[in-house]
Amino acid sequence: MAAEDLALRGFEYIRRRAFDWVADVGRVAMLLGDVCRFLVPGLRSMRLVVAQMEAIGVGSLWLVFVISLFTGAVAAVQAAYQFSNVVPLKYIGSVILRSVIIELGPVLTALVVGGRVGASIAAELGTMSVTEQIDALRAMAINPVRYLVVPRVVAAIIMMPVLTIFADAIAVFGGYVVSVTSIGVSTHTYVSALKQYFYYKDLFSGLLKAGFFGGIIGLMGCYHGFSTEGGAEGVGQATTRAVVAACVLVLISDYVLANVLFRFIFAS
Amino acid sequence: MIRIRELSKRLGSKQVLKDCDLDIESGETIVVLGPSGTGKSVLLKHIIGLMHPDLGSIEIEGENIVGMSEREINQVRKRFGMLFQGSALFDSMTVGENVGLSLREHTRMTDAEIARRVSERLEWVGLKDVEGMKPASLSGGMRKRAGLARAIAMDPQFILYDEPTTGLDPIMSDVINQLIRDLQRRMGVTSIVVTHDLISAYHVADRLAMLHGGKIVFSGTPDQVRATTDPMVRQFIEGSSTGPIQPV
Repeated sequence: MAAEDLALRGFEYIRRRAFDWVADVGRVAMLLGDVCRFLVPGLRSMRLVVAQMEAIGVGSLWLVFVISLFTGAVAAVQAAYQFSNVVPLKYIGSVILRSVIIELGPVLTALVVGGRVGASIAAELGTMSVTEQIDALRAMAINPVRYLVVPRVVAAIIMMPVLTIFADAIAVFGGYVVSVTSIGVSTHTYVSALKQYFYYKDLFSGLLKAGFFGGIIGLMGCYHGFSTEGGAEGVGQATTRAVVAACVLVLISDYVLANVLFRFIFAS
Repeated sequence: MIRIRELSKRLGSKQVLKDCDLDIESGETIVVLGPSGTGKSVLLKHIIGLMHPDLGSIEIEGENIVGMSEREINQVRKRFGMLFQGSALFDSMTVGENVGLSLREHTRMTDAEIARRVSERLEWVGLKDVEGMKPASLSGGMRKRAGLARAIAMDPQFILYDEPTTGLDPIMSDVINQLIRDLQRRMGVTSIVVTHDLISAYHVADRLAMLHGGKIVFSGTPDQVRATTDPMVRQFIEGSSTGPIQPV
């Protein structure tokens, strides 16, 4: 009887979580639809978009600089270790470059920016929600999606590729510093490998992914911020949910995009 | 005129409003009284379309706003100003930007015209030289007044006040009460005040209505309220914990 009861409760829990998940997916889809619907009116207030671009982009520069520098440095150390007696070290620049611009740059930047910006957006909108500021906007006949969501999502979509280019450059530089100073690769060898194995399609695919990740981060931050209930505890929970959802969706969509881009579009 | 008929709203398992009827005449100040948690703020949010009823109608100057599209209801909302319980000033903006936001969004006024209007409305509520300050640096009373300045920036026809004196000291409460009366005289607006502060209610009201059990159970002038023998109203104005109203 106890086992039956436990099984029933377990089933009920799974059923409820599944319903919640489906409802969440539906509400995110509706928010995305609203973002598309209010995209043009939202872009008329370019000063709002520019303010968000500054908050998302400029505010994340220092963080992106640090993680990119060490990502490049670690990539150099790991590559040298794995190349030993197998691949000539002259290829180290090309391996760092391609791994950074295709994968590490966009994904690590998205995870770091997702944590910082996703949390910031969710906390700001969540606080606005529980202090009736979003109701105040609606009472003033100002659509909150147009005024709050569109500028944040658009700014994230624009700024993520910009941050990713910056991250790529810093990571390649970090790899260069380690390669030259502790692995024994010359500047000429490193730079030659970069030039020889640089492909625009790699850069394009990385930036395309970055823009997509930007949209996910912005949308998750706004969705969880808007659905905040309760007081400070609710804001904290919304912030956590926004970051977790953004990071998980970034990794899942990275796999999907990698398949689409490298098995179909850039397959040749 | 605002005419509310058979308004019902359930939130979760609680029936907050049930067949609620209320008429609000143009130019009057009506105070909706009632214990905490009886649905006063919910009623107010229905009037401005922030919440949608399960049943019933709300007519604003003969136009039923229930079932209107967001675009249609926004046209109605432009005729309203609302002072929220916690003021709901936008933290990321200065006081001046808060007050001028509707003007910037809905009118073709120039920056100079907006700045003039903002200063004028802040002055009406007794605030000077606060345009550049952030809401966080204002006191509770100043925040309420800044919120009120924002509510009247667009020359509304109706002003909704959600607990305007809650959390204020008695002197600041009186300042807010005076402002509500002054604005009604100066602008000729229809005001709906939701409160459980009886001093404030007697001060500002042309008419008082008491909400209990999801509906309006009493409506009358301040003198009629003072003289009534209705047990619910008497219990509320005497502040007694025993009587037909059960504390929640």
